Amino acid sequence: MGRIERRFAALKAAGRTGLVPFVTAGDPSPDHVVPLMHALVAAGADVIELGVPFSDPMADGPVIQRASERAIAQGVSLTNVLAWVAAFRETDAETPVVLMGYLNPIEMHGYAEFAEEAVESGVDGVLLVDCPLEESHVLAPLREAGLDQILLASPTTDEVRLGRLCEAASGFLYYVSFAGITGAAQLSTTDIAGRVASIRSRSKAPVAVGFGVRDAASARAIGEFADAVIIGSALVQCLEGATSADDVAGRAKGFLAPIRAALDAR
Amino acid sequence: MTEIADFNAYPDAQGRFGSFGGIYVAETLMEPLAELTAAYEKLRVDPDFIAELDRDLKYYVGRPSPVYHAERLSRHVGGARIVLKREDLNHTGAHKINNTVGQALVARHMGKTRIIAETGAGQHGVASATVAARLGLKCVVYMGAVDIERQKINVYRMRLLGAEVVPVTSGSKTLKDALNEAMRDWVTHVGDTFYIIGTVAGPHPYPQMVRDFNAIAGREARAQVLEQFGRLPDVITACVGGGSNAIGLFHAFLNDRDVRIVGAEAAGDGIDTGRHAASLAAGKPGVLHGNRTYVLSDANGQIMETHSVSAGLDYPGVGPEHAFLKDAGRAEYVGITDDEALEAFHLLARTEGILPALESSHAIAQAIKLARELPKDGIVLVNLSGRGDKDVHTIAAREGIEL
Repeated sequence: MGRIERRFAALKAAGRTGLVPFVTAGDPSPDHVVPLMHALVAAGADVIELGVPFSDPMADGPVIQRASERAIAQGVSLTNVLAWVAAFRETDAETPVVLMGYLNPIEMHGYAEFAEEAVESGVDGVLLVDCPLEESHVLAPLREAGLDQILLASPTTDEVRLGRLCEAASGFLYYVSFAGITGAAQLSTTDIAGRVASIRSRSKAPVAVGFGVRDAASARAIGEFADAVIIGSALVQCLEGATSADDVAGRAKGFLAPIRAALDAR
Repeated sequence: MTEIADFNAYPDAQGRFGSFGGIYVAETLMEPLAELTAAYEKLRVDPDFIAELDRDLKYYVGRPSPVYHAERLSRHVGGARIVLKREDLNHTGAHKINNTVGQALVARHMGKTRIIAETGAGQHGVASATVAARLGLKCVVYMGAVDIERQKINVYRMRLLGAEVVPVTSGSKTLKDALNEAMRDWVTHVGDTFYIIGTVAGPHPYPQMVRDFNAIAGREARAQVLEQFGRLPDVITACVGGGSNAIGLFHAFLNDRDVRIVGAEAAGDGIDTGRHAASLAAGKPGVLHGNRTYVLSDANGQIMETHSVSAGLDYPGVGPEHAFLKDAGRAEYVGITDDEALEAFHLLARTEGILPALESSHAIAQAIKLARELPKDGIVLVNLSGRGDKDVHTIAAREGIEL
């Protein structure tokens, strides 16, 4: 059983909703990534999603796009990201870490090399936004190395594909709450509750819901029917401009703690 | 190198050209792309749709465009006969209208009411705004802020046609970023919006659909050259950014194995300077904008900023079918520098009275090189993909002339 599966099993046993924060690796500063990860865990993160910066993040909104640009401008590479995960693992052996990003950086790194180094560093899963199930044959070396391939489902996913995604899901299934880009729009939770319930009944992996979760209230609403909530753009925006490791950690805790409390108060 | 029996057999059902192409997009776009594929597969063989498209191409676009033997240019060069496929004479002044007329009809058949497009030089944006105006559809064009600055006339043309031009300020502020932004718009408005991609890139079915709509240029040119010269050309050439006008010319000739095919990419300041946009000549296989193809990316997999005097060639990827043709050995791709393109621009203007687009000037420069290698009775067919009126400010500025 991998870390992700163990974590979701523990959440289920405790009757808790998982909290999955996303941060762009290297933003606001490459020096503060590891302290930031620990701060997220201290504030109640159950899984950490670490964004691998990419120059052309087609599925992301302006907040994460700018964070990627800032990280790239500071020279952040996939190799750096793996090294930060390894450093995080020195003092946290249990919190699952998922890398989220786009194919090209991994393609250029080499799939087999990446798979080996990612496992070595303590990465648990990989979510590649521009690699749908139909093209995921290229990710075979990652799966063989034991990395969970996190798949997405969306409001536009038809029933046939949804069945295939539920069958293939490993780690957790990421349900994109609305058709759009990260960080956009307000959610209509009633629309998605039924859909998520239907997916949960079919998926062998737990279902985490992301896109449009921005604060304690929206997290709590989603937490009513999801196994976990994913929160990204609002957190990245909150961290923008932080100048020291303490500042970064303080902002992360200040942002995440009320959300944790709201989820636990259900 | 793989031996390909029939180049018309591509892409396969997964949208792949050998190992290139495919559908590398966010989950939200999978179903809209499947709907588009289903609609296009039905329409492309529907006699009523074909007749409708043919009528539009004849009476609205002005097809067929002539092939023209550039005799003074050929004499000046002193080699083979250079023959121009005059796509610059199409309505709106470039090949781009062939595709937008076709996609707009697909959009209307699918019941979409809003058109979005990305544009680099502005030609595709103008061609999209044009067909949207004609069909009464709302049109939004995404254009990099840098390109807006260097293509002011086309920006104004789009606005005159009723389109909204949205400046894109992310990344390198050029074509690739405009494409990202258009994708984001599409993913957010998939219900009522049709995305008219302007080149043979993007996820399946775009590389196939855009090729099919552009391929009329090659079909016409092949028949016209046969009729006027009694044989096929020795070599054909076109400029390659995303590669739509090139695939449009090349496709009808792919199974004519004796016809040499050469694509001219933008070598900018020279490929060895790193300031260029020659994805095939200098890039390697990767994934960008929904397909696997040759891309210009650094060792970390970040897409590189490109350079070309011509906004329409300033793109770090290339259509997957070109990647396939390169690896299959069917087509060669070479670089033409900014300076070579400008020299060709002036030469065509002075010898033939034709101002070519800066994009097409790359193809003219390549045609001149190829003509020099052939005897006088040889034939070099070149796609003159657009007219140069849009570029006069760029050329004047580069040559220190104030207009």
